[in-house]
Amino acid sequence: MKKQNIILIILVVLLAAFPLFTQKGADFGGSDDKGKDMISEINPDYQPWFSSLWEPPSSEIESFLFALQAGIGAGFIGYFFGYLRGKKVGAEKTCQ
Amino acid sequence: MKRVLVIGYFLAVSILGPSIAHAMHIMEGFLPKEHALGWFIAALPFVLFGAMRIKALLVRQPERKMLLGLAAAFIFVLSALKMPSVTGSSSHATGVGLSAVLFGPAISSVLSGIVLVFQALLLAHGGITTWGANVFSMGIAGSFVAWGLFKGARMIGLSNKIAIFLAATFGDWATYMVTAGQLAFAFPDAVGGFWAAYAKFLGVFAITQIPLAIIEGLLSVVIYNALTQYQEQGLVDLGIKEVKE
Repeated sequence: MKKQNIILIILVVLLAAFPLFTQKGADFGGSDDKGKDMISEINPDYQPWFSSLWEPPSSEIESFLFALQAGIGAGFIGYFFGYLRGKKVGAEKTCQ
Repeated sequence: MKRVLVIGYFLAVSILGPSIAHAMHIMEGFLPKEHALGWFIAALPFVLFGAMRIKALLVRQPERKMLLGLAAAFIFVLSALKMPSVTGSSSHATGVGLSAVLFGPAISSVLSGIVLVFQALLLAHGGITTWGANVFSMGIAGSFVAWGLFKGARMIGLSNKIAIFLAATFGDWATYMVTAGQLAFAFPDAVGGFWAAYAKFLGVFAITQIPLAIIEGLLSVVIYNALTQYQEQGLVDLGIKEVKE
């Protein structure tokens, strides 16, 4: 099980890194920005009628918030499995 | 002239505006009012039903609270990570497939809704006005595809692992197919109508999302593997896994 997960994670890393090598020089812009461009291409008269209540003041702050979001999630996942693993090991020890 | 002005406006906004990199979800204000409202109304019953399901689950199986947290955390992580794709643009996965498989599409739509509110308010990613449409594509369409595929794959005798891989991969992909459809519905092509616009929006999302969808599938199997090792009872209680003889 553990071995399989390691293989799967290596596959994920390869898949994520692959485009960086095959698409050298690409800007890797977000696909929703491209979606937005497509909207203005199809309907140049469209004006967005509402804008975000608050926007991160810089791309650094935005990255910070995205990292925070991922960190909170990853922290919980780590806590969850750590807790279960500790419980399992503890239970095995008391049985002995 | 007007066209030049509008394109100039968009260019200026995209260069000068404070928002820089986004990935998916329909952005704030980028659906006409009627569409925004329509999708909100379409999404609402699922989310409300899902909220009732969560309440019922926590009453019936309070020990599953942690597992519910795990499913939410998985969505949190995956929808925060924007990754490069083979098309030279970047996008992010959704993480919704896992929760749809574990808890069903209704609960999954609530979890997506929460993440989407967070991203709309704090990250200017997606939007409050487009929340309904985004919940519909990610939380409802994506969840139903994932959940349906999981059930179907198991019915034809595929292993749980393969079933989860297929569910999460195609659930993720379906989300973007629906997003492209929502945009085409709101912005039909002047010449070719809905389908021409749909092809154009698919061109933006479809290929880009393939490797990311596969990544989501693989990571969902990683979590499932870890669950079978440490939380087998949870999987049995949720009807994912049969009790071993």
